[in-house]
Amino acid sequence: MHSNLETQFAVGTPAEADSPPPVEIHDMTVAYHRKPVLWDIDLVVPEGKLVGIVGPNGAGKTTLIKAVLGLVPLASGKVEIYGRPYRRQRHLVGYVPQRESVDWDFPVSVLDVVTMGTYGRLGWCRRPGKSERELAQDCLQQVGMEALADRQIRQLSGGQQQRVFLARALAQSAQIYFMDEPFAGVDAATEKAIINLLKELRAQRKTVLVVHHDLQTVQQYFDHVILLNMRLIACGPTETAFTAENLNTTYGGRLTILDKAAEAVRLGDRPR
Amino acid sequence: MTGLSITAKVLIGTSLLGCVAGMAGSFVVLRRRALVGDMLAHAALPGLCIAYLVIGDRHRLGLLLGAFLAGLLAMGVLTLVTRTTRTKEDAAIGIVLSTFYAAGIVLLSVIAHVPQGNKAGLSTYLFGQASSMLDADIAILSVVSLVALVVLMALYKELKVFSFDPEFARSQGWPTLMLDMTMMGTLTVVTIVGLPIVGVVLMAALIIIPGAAARFWTERLGVMLVLSAVIGAATGSLGTLESSGQLAQWLGFDPLGLVTGGIAMPTGPVIVLCGAAIFLFSVLFAPRRGVISRAVSEVNLRRKTARENLLRTLYELSEHNLEQRPPIALEAIRARRAWSPWAARWLLAAASRRGDVERKQNQVRLTPKGLRRAAEVTRAHRLWEMFLIEGANIASDHVDRDADSIEHLLTPDTLDALEKRLADSGALPEEDRQVPVSPHALEESESTPSRDP
Repeated sequence: MHSNLETQFAVGTPAEADSPPPVEIHDMTVAYHRKPVLWDIDLVVPEGKLVGIVGPNGAGKTTLIKAVLGLVPLASGKVEIYGRPYRRQRHLVGYVPQRESVDWDFPVSVLDVVTMGTYGRLGWCRRPGKSERELAQDCLQQVGMEALADRQIRQLSGGQQQRVFLARALAQSAQIYFMDEPFAGVDAATEKAIINLLKELRAQRKTVLVVHHDLQTVQQYFDHVILLNMRLIACGPTETAFTAENLNTTYGGRLTILDKAAEAVRLGDRPR
Repeated sequence: MTGLSITAKVLIGTSLLGCVAGMAGSFVVLRRRALVGDMLAHAALPGLCIAYLVIGDRHRLGLLLGAFLAGLLAMGVLTLVTRTTRTKEDAAIGIVLSTFYAAGIVLLSVIAHVPQGNKAGLSTYLFGQASSMLDADIAILSVVSLVALVVLMALYKELKVFSFDPEFARSQGWPTLMLDMTMMGTLTVVTIVGLPIVGVVLMAALIIIPGAAARFWTERLGVMLVLSAVIGAATGSLGTLESSGQLAQWLGFDPLGLVTGGIAMPTGPVIVLCGAAIFLFSVLFAPRRGVISRAVSEVNLRRKTARENLLRTLYELSEHNLEQRPPIALEAIRARRAWSPWAARWLLAAASRRGDVERKQNQVRLTPKGLRRAAEVTRAHRLWEMFLIEGANIASDHVDRDADSIEHLLTPDTLDALEKRLADSGALPEEDRQVPVSPHALEESESTPSRDP
């Protein structure tokens, strides 16, 4: 397994040493209440790619993102964003948490939530002004929600709530985006709108990491994948890392649909 | 300040307290941590007692400091219990609250046996006694209120993002632990200065009620904060006036009927009752979120639904001969819809008042105006049905019921879009543009339209 890991590790890293990669994780271990959730993660994410983070429930996908963003403490290891620690590079990072993580009955409007994306730049005690609201309005337009700016957020559908979160991340004007299941529970139209937005971000040389559940669409959506199940199974371009064998390792054989494919690959590898 | 009457002083004190407690409380209500305020108030009691044993009751500030330290200790214990054990926060709050309060009561009886000093002061902290407020109390209250107000206003943006989405706030670099401590610290201080007025048992009401009531009237955090301050101030002053008998004097009658009964009332409980009354009023009468407004819109929707169903039924029963608008028997209508004779009559009476139908004994006939309306309603129903069959793959014999619930809410824009979509996909023939043919068989064969080829 480890040899596998190292070969995958090499894929994303080639001599980009002059400009540090958007995300670089060394030896990272994360534990909740002394129970390790992520072991020894080593990976590098290349710039300007759409990166899917894939793995079964409880594999630590969300934890990976939260650890990078400093929301959960690292037991060991380090994370670098463009070669420097996260706390000095916050202005380069946008975050889309899971939709269920907040109370949607909170008394704020759609525009209020999106404007929160600009708070990081504003600093202490400065209130968002006209330019911040215009930027927020602009970001809403990018996700096709400009008509709903004044709505209370509870009155939105699940897909619309997800788009509000995306617009808030856009308002952070970041270089790297971390998105936790932006496709969860959204309708087909929203999924399409989101994926188009992601492609637009890629066209602007932004790096986007997305926790993703639907294995069917991984190859279609992402240039690069991180396969995770408490350990890093693989990290590399989709065509080389998203293999039946890696998937089988990631899902521990539970993935019956892909079992046959994995079997076929394994048989093919054996000496006849 | 000495020039003011006692009632005026008390009034200033209670409204200030209500105002700032309401504002600080709004945030904890939104964060679903309202009971922390209750815990802080109860936990203050042993602090007051110990401070009294150490320094006596001459220094009000000293007593409040004791209460403040006890509040902080309680917060610390709560954090420790929830972080290190598997106890959930609500259980932990209950444990810490009752333990501290019990210790306070025990200390009170210890103090009762200490020979020296004036002990009357301490027991007022249990239920509060606004009338015994000193100038010093009001001075402390004013300063604390002002500081709390400045803190909440200065950190409005930070507290907003932190309360809504703490993890996002942290990812942006806001020191959330510090924000949390600032919020809870402000709440603790406000709670402590409120103790002499409403007492440890009831202080939670002043923290929770204004924010909870304000939430009914608005969907904006800023408005909610202002409203909760206003409601808090109103609660405090109304309660004070009522308990002192002043309100009964002014109004000419006594809203609670206690003062006129000759019963002396403690200020704290009366303030809380006034708050409860305002809360109840908000629950009932607030637009949109209020119970009555929701019930009314529910009833309106049902009436609209019934009205439109009647029109459509009449349209379908007249459909074989729309030009003539044939008279229709009441029984034929009731055969189509599960209406009681009473309900059907009532609906028809309403329809004839609107000029949609003419009635003659047990027969009704659409008026020209009624026919136009019925055609619109039927168009909405059938377009929606066709959409369900086309777009959502619902079997045509299931579609009638499903269509019923949504069609009444469709706007003209949606309907036109729907029509265009169905026409584009070829599901809607050109000649059907006015009112399409029902996509499923209707119950009576005579009413199925026979279109000329």
